[in-house]
Amino acid sequence: MEWETVIGLEIHAQLATRSKIFSGAATAYGAEPNTQACAVDLGLPGVLPVLNEQVVLMAIKFGLAIDAEIPERSIFARKNYFYPDLPKGYQISQFELPIVSRGNLEIELDDGTTKTVGVTRAHLEEDAGKSMHEGFGNMTGIDLNRAGTPLLEIVSEPDMRSAKEAVAYMKKIHSIVRYLEICDGNMQEGSFRCDANVSIRPKGQKEFGIRTELKNINSFRFVEQAINIEVERQIDIIEDGGTIVQETRLYDPNKNETRSMRSKEEANDYRYFPDPDLLPVQIEPELIEKIRSELPELPNAKKQRFITEFNLSDYDSAVLTAQKEMAAYFETCVAVAGGEAKLSANWISGELSAALNKDNKEITECPVSAEMLGGMIKRIKDDTISGKIAKQVFEAMWNGEGDADTIIEKKGLKQVTDSGAIEKLVDDVIANSPAQVAQYQAAPPDKQGKLIGYFVGQIMKQSQGKANPKQVNELLKEKLKA
Amino acid sequence: MHLSTLAQLSTALESRQISSEELTRLYLERCKKFNDSLNCFITINEDSAMAQAKSADEQRAAGKGSALTGIPIAQKDIFCTNGIKTSCGSKMLDNFIAPYDATVIEKMNAAGIVNIGKTNMDEFAMGSSNETSFYGPVKNPWDKDYVPGGSSGGSASAVAARLSPAATGTDTGGSIRQPASLCGITGLKPTYGRVSRYGMVAFASSLDQGGPMTQTAEDAALMMNVIAGFDQRDSTSAEVPVDDYTAKLNDSIDGLKIGLPKEYFDEGLDSNIAKLIEDGIKELEKLGAVCKDIELPNTQLSIPAYYVVAPAECSSNLSRFDGVRYGYRCDNPEDLSDLYCRSRGEGFGKEVKRRIMIGAYVLSAGYYDAYYLKAQQVRHLIRDDFQNAFKEVDIIAGPTATGTAFKLNEKINDPVSMYLSDIYTVSVNLAGLPAMSVPAGFSNKLPVGMQLIGNYFEESKLLNIAHRYQQATDWHLQVPGGFE
Repeated sequence: MEWETVIGLEIHAQLATRSKIFSGAATAYGAEPNTQACAVDLGLPGVLPVLNEQVVLMAIKFGLAIDAEIPERSIFARKNYFYPDLPKGYQISQFELPIVSRGNLEIELDDGTTKTVGVTRAHLEEDAGKSMHEGFGNMTGIDLNRAGTPLLEIVSEPDMRSAKEAVAYMKKIHSIVRYLEICDGNMQEGSFRCDANVSIRPKGQKEFGIRTELKNINSFRFVEQAINIEVERQIDIIEDGGTIVQETRLYDPNKNETRSMRSKEEANDYRYFPDPDLLPVQIEPELIEKIRSELPELPNAKKQRFITEFNLSDYDSAVLTAQKEMAAYFETCVAVAGGEAKLSANWISGELSAALNKDNKEITECPVSAEMLGGMIKRIKDDTISGKIAKQVFEAMWNGEGDADTIIEKKGLKQVTDSGAIEKLVDDVIANSPAQVAQYQAAPPDKQGKLIGYFVGQIMKQSQGKANPKQVNELLKEKLKA
Repeated sequence: MHLSTLAQLSTALESRQISSEELTRLYLERCKKFNDSLNCFITINEDSAMAQAKSADEQRAAGKGSALTGIPIAQKDIFCTNGIKTSCGSKMLDNFIAPYDATVIEKMNAAGIVNIGKTNMDEFAMGSSNETSFYGPVKNPWDKDYVPGGSSGGSASAVAARLSPAATGTDTGGSIRQPASLCGITGLKPTYGRVSRYGMVAFASSLDQGGPMTQTAEDAALMMNVIAGFDQRDSTSAEVPVDDYTAKLNDSIDGLKIGLPKEYFDEGLDSNIAKLIEDGIKELEKLGAVCKDIELPNTQLSIPAYYVVAPAECSSNLSRFDGVRYGYRCDNPEDLSDLYCRSRGEGFGKEVKRRIMIGAYVLSAGYYDAYYLKAQQVRHLIRDDFQNAFKEVDIIAGPTATGTAFKLNEKINDPVSMYLSDIYTVSVNLAGLPAMSVPAGFSNKLPVGMQLIGNYFEESKLLNIAHRYQQATDWHLQVPGGFE
């Protein structure tokens, strides 16, 4: 039987505020355990939460970026359950009346088509602390630094039909929250993570199958792997005549398998009710309009602009606009390179991206600035250096040896365009290669193109790559005529 | 001196008739002498109180300070006090030394008030008799076989016996007014949001409100001047300007329209008490007030609604007491579940457990709509009843409690009858209104309180009426035998 996969994602994006959602404690990552937890975060008797208004503005930004409705009134609710890293015995979250309701997101698929994924809602909540099971003997340590960190939980409709679509959706959300500067998107530190609801059904069937929830996946690659392995597991069970149990499962990337955490029967009854310590959030239409007018250019709009303004391909444009910093890098580079867009795009998605990947660096940490790369491309364009020499220049820039002009000067990489000098090189090579000359001259014209490569190679070797290849070629053809 | 009101002590301190150190020592002696029999204090702050008194004297000597600088006031043990045990009447917090001050305490400290001790109370403020305290019941100074009421029973008993000239209390369903009534003192529950809840251990967040428990309305006004006001640490505190609560105390109440709800004078009310309340109202009429019969038709629904909302919020508020970070932890827990079950099972008393279970039940999936949501709808009806009444009258008057103090152990095993005795007080909390209880006489030698209910933020008006009433009567000046 042919199966169809149905996926919905719940993404947790940590909002980039300096202080916590309901207290004044700092949110910085990596501090000594329990040094960033105040009386409110510790859940001491008598303390009360006070909403950090920044999180409301950030959530509205996100809502507007996905064309969502922002309800006039939104309320916080308590989600009650016991866990040692949950100091109050409840998490302040939103249940009914979330801050962002229904929105939409367009994602690009591998075959070049696009698809719209529905976003059911996005709500604000506080993160819990962290339980540490190692280093305390048979006890557990609790670090409450993360307790009260603001999260935006973004819940999608079950609109995705493959692991690849799910990854494309997650990447798009990642791109948007970073464009909006409301989340740093750091997946290693857990600032951006997701739960995936996965089910399968026979192709053509309308009803959804029974779903499982894969918890806390913190990389794009793991999302794809986790979903694929879970889909395989579900297909195996059903094809063997079994049924899927609705449950929460954990993905183990080391073993590439999912395993059961708890079933629906064991699930908590969270006893949600409106938090009486917090007033409903009232959002004035004027505020929404103000935030809308201040929204930055978003990935899709930027991509369209790059296509028309720089005449880039759809693919190049998508790659360059996925990250706001990358797009800014490109635009600066093009400006410095005198408008050389195609060459800039090639260099950025080629050499530069490869180098970043190799050194495991982000574009923001790139040792070659956009100005430096643009300066180098300008030198390719004005024939100071060839594309081949440029690779040497780029490597030197990457290693911190200065900008392109300095390196070209210092290493004497300037292209030889003096026709006298080139003619001498050509004459020398012809004089020293009588056998090759004879072979060339005896060959039919359609084979000569290939044979001329030998002479070009020799000249480049002699000139250490600096001879202008176009001039060399022209002169060789001329001189080798029988 | 120990029979003096706050206002009188203020004058005595101002005129250097007595120093704060002398005054504080005097009250500390009384506390130590009578606490064994009354059990109204959980902690007596001997050293810190003397240090505060010394600093108050220095302030006064330097010409600084305010009306209450140097006066000892007792604090209900529900308010977090930095460096001092804050038990909330529970074994769960018997080892808890608060690392911070509640806003109310902070304001009192800033005003130079001496924190003489932390008063006994029903465990986590759940109770109407002070018998649910881990620290044992408080006795009513009018007759030690009787309860002082609750949950602020320690505060009420301490003020009635003049172990402290005044005290703080908190009122979730009547916990300031009912013990004030049963002990013959004056108690004010302010409008919800008037006094910050920050640092007050939460019972039912949408109902809890701190307020003064004093000998007179004038004293309550003096205390309100210190503790009332917006607090940015409490999102539910009101950004409404604060009155000078003493400014209108002597205003005439001529022409004041008093509403008498027929539901407050029905067969549930003890006939002796009914008579005393009618007498009290006649006094107000003599001062020019005009009475009008009114209806609060949803009064009967207030008890069931309250006993859904309050337990629901309490079940969640008390989840933080889990034996993990502070408070009671059971010995040798086997695993996490055992740690939770035994710490909470051993740390909480019976009444608290009963309410947590009721609360968890009414919030659970499938029951939420039928109980919690319905109770919230009833709350709206009750609020509307009052708002309709306040279109016709300025204040509402009636009894505070259905009877006088009852005997220790009389009702403790009959929680429903205990709950029903809150009928005149809980609807005020559900509506968030301000209300007072003022002494209005004695029935079988036990005090009776008259309740005055005002519209939102009309504490000044309530205090004015109560003050005028106390100018015309002397019930509030009666002191129980053995404590004169």
